[in-house]
Amino acid sequence: MPKDQVANPPSEESPLEVVSPQRLMWWKFRRHKPAVFSGILLLLAYVGSVFAGFFAPYDPLSRGRNLYMPPNPPRIIDSEGKLRAPFVYGMTMSRDLNTLRPIYTVNTDEIYPLHFLVRGDEYKIGLHGVPLNALRPLHIRLDVRLFGAAGAPVNFFGTDQLGRDLYSRLIYGAQISLSIGLASVFLSLALGLILGGISGLYGGWVDSLIQRVIEAIIAIPSIPLWMGLAAAIPRDWDPVQQYFAILIVLSLISWTSTARVARGRFLAVREQDFVMAARLYGCSQWRIITRHLIPSIMSYVIVNITLAVPRIILAETALSFLGIGLNPPTISWGVLLQAAQDNLVVHFYPWMWIGPALCVIVAVLAFNFVGDGARDAADPFAS
Amino acid sequence: MANLLEVRSLKKYFPIKRGLFSRAVGQVKAVDGVSFEVRAGETLGLVGESGCGKTTLGRCIVRAYQPTAGEILFGGEGSDKGVTDLARLSGVELRPFRRQIQMIFQDPFGSLNPRMTLLQLIGEPLKVNGVKDGNVIKERVAALLSVVGLRSETMTRYPHAFSGGQRQRIGIARALALNPRLIVCDEPVSALDVSVQAQILNLLGDLQSEFGLTYLFIAHDLSVVEHICDRVAVMYVGKIVEMTETARLYRKPRHPYTEALLSAVPKPDPRRRAAPLVLEGEVADPADPPAGCAFHPRCPYVIERCRSESPALHPNAGGHWVACHRAAELDLQGAN
Amino acid sequence: MTAYVIRRFLQMIVIMLIVSIVAFIVIQLPPGDFVDAYVTTISGGETFTQETIDALRAQFGLDEPFLIQYVKWISNVLRGNYGVSFQHQRTVADLLGERLPLTLAITLPTAVLVYLIAIPIGIYSALNQYSLLDYLFSFVGFIGLAIPNFLFAIILLYIGSQYFDANVAGLFSPEYELAPWSFGKFLDLLSNLWIPVIVVGTAGTAGTIRVMRGMMLDEMRQPYVETARAKGLSEARLIFKYPVRVAISPVLSTIGFVLPALISGTAIVAIVLNLPTTGPLLLNALLAQDMLLAGSMILFLSLLTVIGTFVSDLLLIWADPRIQFE
Repeated sequence: MPKDQVANPPSEESPLEVVSPQRLMWWKFRRHKPAVFSGILLLLAYVGSVFAGFFAPYDPLSRGRNLYMPPNPPRIIDSEGKLRAPFVYGMTMSRDLNTLRPIYTVNTDEIYPLHFLVRGDEYKIGLHGVPLNALRPLHIRLDVRLFGAAGAPVNFFGTDQLGRDLYSRLIYGAQISLSIGLASVFLSLALGLILGGISGLYGGWVDSLIQRVIEAIIAIPSIPLWMGLAAAIPRDWDPVQQYFAILIVLSLISWTSTARVARGRFLAVREQDFVMAARLYGCSQWRIITRHLIPSIMSYVIVNITLAVPRIILAETALSFLGIGLNPPTISWGVLLQAAQDNLVVHFYPWMWIGPALCVIVAVLAFNFVGDGARDAADPFAS
Repeated sequence: MANLLEVRSLKKYFPIKRGLFSRAVGQVKAVDGVSFEVRAGETLGLVGESGCGKTTLGRCIVRAYQPTAGEILFGGEGSDKGVTDLARLSGVELRPFRRQIQMIFQDPFGSLNPRMTLLQLIGEPLKVNGVKDGNVIKERVAALLSVVGLRSETMTRYPHAFSGGQRQRIGIARALALNPRLIVCDEPVSALDVSVQAQILNLLGDLQSEFGLTYLFIAHDLSVVEHICDRVAVMYVGKIVEMTETARLYRKPRHPYTEALLSAVPKPDPRRRAAPLVLEGEVADPADPPAGCAFHPRCPYVIERCRSESPALHPNAGGHWVACHRAAELDLQGAN
Repeated sequence: MTAYVIRRFLQMIVIMLIVSIVAFIVIQLPPGDFVDAYVTTISGGETFTQETIDALRAQFGLDEPFLIQYVKWISNVLRGNYGVSFQHQRTVADLLGERLPLTLAITLPTAVLVYLIAIPIGIYSALNQYSLLDYLFSFVGFIGLAIPNFLFAIILLYIGSQYFDANVAGLFSPEYELAPWSFGKFLDLLSNLWIPVIVVGTAGTAGTIRVMRGMMLDEMRQPYVETARAKGLSEARLIFKYPVRVAISPVLSTIGFVLPALISGTAIVAIVLNLPTTGPLLLNALLAQDMLLAGSMILFLSLLTVIGTFVSDLLLIWADPRIQFE
C-alpha cells in the first residue's frame, strides 16, 4: 500500500480534508501551552547539546587562569548607564588573607566587546562528551564559535576550581544528561514492550512468571537497587564503558513500568472487535501484532516515555552525585553536582552547583509538562 | 447441497475460575447443545435477549472461539467430501475457510481500527490473502465502497470522520472484500439510530441478492428480524426454543417466550396495540440455569412438569420446531 | 476473601524468594569480593600475603561457590540470624538496631505529614480550580516533583548558612552528638528533625496533591454528584460523603508502601545532610561488598514494600467494594 496515501493533502479532486489520527493528537497537544513551550525548549536543548562546541565559548576541559571566579554576565548597559553592544567587564582577583579564598571584583574600566562567530578552540560536533569511536567519522572539525572575546573572562556562569568555564561545561553536560535519559528510556521501552507483549499476548504461566519477576523488581526499593547495580560498575572502566553501563543499569529497573503498561494495553486491545476482524480475514499472528496491536498502544507508550525520561535524568544525577554513576572526565549535570559534596563549595562558591541544579530542574519540569500534554492528547478517540 | 451450514449439538462452555489456583469451579454454558441448519442463499435470524448465547454461537461459527463440543458442518468450497467440520480444524487448516465466512460486528466504533484509512481497512483482507498489486487493491476497494454506497474518494480518510451508519457500511465492505459465502451479522444495526437501521437493512438485502450471500442474522429483538429473515430461531439461555419460517413465527408462535418477544414488537396500527406481555424477572444465569425448562421461572403458562423436565426441541408436521411441554395445547398470541 | 488472602500470601513468598536471589546477585555483581575490597581500600596500606588473603576468604566463607553462599545466607536469615558485617565486625542486627529507630524517626512523621497536608490541599485545589491558591499549589507541586531530594537538601544547607547562619545538617547539635539519650537530647532531635522531614516529604506531598486533585476533578464531573446536589444535599456534606470517598482510594493505595519508599528515599538525603540513618550504611556496605549487611538491608526494605503493597490492597478492597478478588 503506498505510504503517501496516509498523508495525502486535500487535493483538487477531493474536497474532503483527510485528518490522520496523528494530526488529531497534534491538535490536542497544541492546546496545552506549557507542554508546547517545554517541547520547544527541550528541542532547542537537544540541538544545542549536539552543537555544543558552537554555543560554548570554551573547551569544557581547558583550564583558565581564573579559579573559582563568580559569574560574569554579558551586559549591554555599562556602569554609566549607556547602551552599547554586548560586552563583558574584566575581573580583578585578590585574596582574603585569612582564608586565602580568591575574591573577585568587577573592573568597570576593562570593557571587552563580545565578538560573534569568532575563531576559538577547535571542537567537534556530535557526542563530544562521549568519546564514542564509532561516531568519530561523523565529527567535523570546526573552530567557529557563536561568541567570544579574546583575553577576556567570558565566563557567564563563573569558573570552577580549575578555572574551567562552567557555562561551557553545562552545555557539554547536557549532551550526557539529556541523551542518557532518552537512550535508556528507549532501551527500557524495548525490554518492556517485548516482555510486556509476551506477557499480555500469550498469558498462562509465561505471563505469571514475568509478572512475578516484575513485582519482585518493583518490590526492591529503586534507590538501593540502583545503588547496588551502579556500585557494581568497576571504577576503572573508561568513560564510554561507564556511560553504557549506567545506561543499562537505569534501563534494567525502569522497564518494569513500561512492561506493565504494555501488558495492560495489549490485554485491552486484544479484545477489540477490529482485532477479531483481522483474525477472521486471515491475518497472521505476527501481522496482527505489528500492524494492529503495537500501533494501538503506541500513544500510551509515548506518554510513558515522556514521563519516564525525567525519572531517569534524576536517577543519573543522583548516582553521579554520589560518585557511583558517571565520573570525570565525563561531564554530566550529575558529575558537575559532585562539586556540592564539598561543604566549602556549597557555601562559598554556590555558582558551581546552582547552574547544574537549575539545568536538572528545568529539564525535568519541561519533560513533565510535555508528558502531561502528551497524556491529554494520547487518545484522540477517547471522547 | 441445499444447506450451506449445519450446526450439530454445538456446545461452548466457559470455565469459571476462582480461588487459590484458579481452579475451574464451574462452567458458563453459553451455548448448550444447539442444532440448526442454514440453507444456501437464505437469511436465518437468531434472536434472544442479551446473555442468551447468540453472540457466542456466532463467534463459534466464524471460529473466533473453539467450541467445547459439537459439529459445524460447512458446505463451502475447499473440501473433498463437500462438507467440512470446522469445529475440528485449527490454525492453518482453517485459513481456506476463513475467507468464506466473514462477520459484521455490532459496534461500528470498536470494529474498525482507528489508525487505518478505509483503503487500509478494506484492502487488508485482500492483501493478506495474496493480492499484492497496490493498484488492484485500490480499484477493488473503490468498487466495494461504491457497492456499499460510499464515495470511492473517501478511501484516504480515517473512520473517525464517519457516522455510525457510514462506519457500518465500511464494516460491510470489509466483510465483502473476500467474496464470502456466509456472513454472520452480529446485531449489525442495534447500535444505530432507527432511521439509519432501515438503510443498512435494505443494503444488506440488496447485497444478498446481488452476490448470492447467505446470512446468519443475530438480533436481540424480533422487530428488525421480520424484514430481513427467511427463518428465525429463538434462543434462551444457551438453547434454541423455537425455530420456523419468519411469517409463521410471527403469525402463530408456539413458545411462550416467543410470544412475549413478539408482544414487544412495536405495531404501526394503534387499534391493534395491546398491552405488551411483561416478563417477570431476569434472564436465567447460564452459569446456574434453573432445573427443568430454563424459562419456567418467567413463564406465565408454567406447570409442574416444566420445573423438573427439560423439554426437547421437536418439529411438528409443518416443520415448526419448538421446545415446550405445552406447545400442542397452548394457543399463543401472534404479532397480527 | 480467605482464599484471596492465602493466594496473595503465597505470591508474596514467591516474590520475596525472587527478591532475595536478585539482591544476592546484585551484591555479588562487582568483580572481586569483600576481601579484595578490604585489601585494596579499607585496610589502609597494609600488605597481605596470599595465605592471609585465603585465610580471610575462608573465614568469611567467600571461597565457596555462589549457590552454597546463597543457600547458607538465606537459611540463616530465615532463622533470624542476619550474620556479621565484615566491614564493621558487628552483627547486622546490632547495626540495624542502632540506625533504624532514627530512620523511622524521620520517615514516620514525614508519612503522616504528607497525608495531612496533601489530602486537604488536593481537595481544596480541585474545588477551587484555577483559583490563585490552586495555581500556587500546582506550581509548588511541579517544582517539588522536579527537584531531587538531595538537591533540595543542598539548597536548604546553602540557604541555612547564607541567610540564617544555621547548620541544618545532622540530627543532633554538636553537644548532644555523642551524649547518651536524655530528655535534652530528645528535644534537640525534635528541633533538628524538621529539615529532613521537609526534604524527604516534599516530593511525596506534591505527588499526592496532584493525584488527589486530579481524582477529585474527575469525580466532581460525575452525574451522581449532580444528582446529590439536585436532591438538596449541602455542598460540604455532598463533597465529603461522595466524591472524596472515591477520590481518596488511589491515595489510600499508596499508604502501604509509602514508608519503605520514604526510607529508601532518605538514603541519598542522609548522605548529603550527614544523618546517622540506614542510607549511608547501605551505600558503604554496597561499595565495600559487605554482603551480609547490604543483603539484609535490601531484603528488609523489600519485605516492607511487599507487605505494604498487601496492606494497601486490603485497604482498597475495604474502601472500594467494586474491586474484585481477582
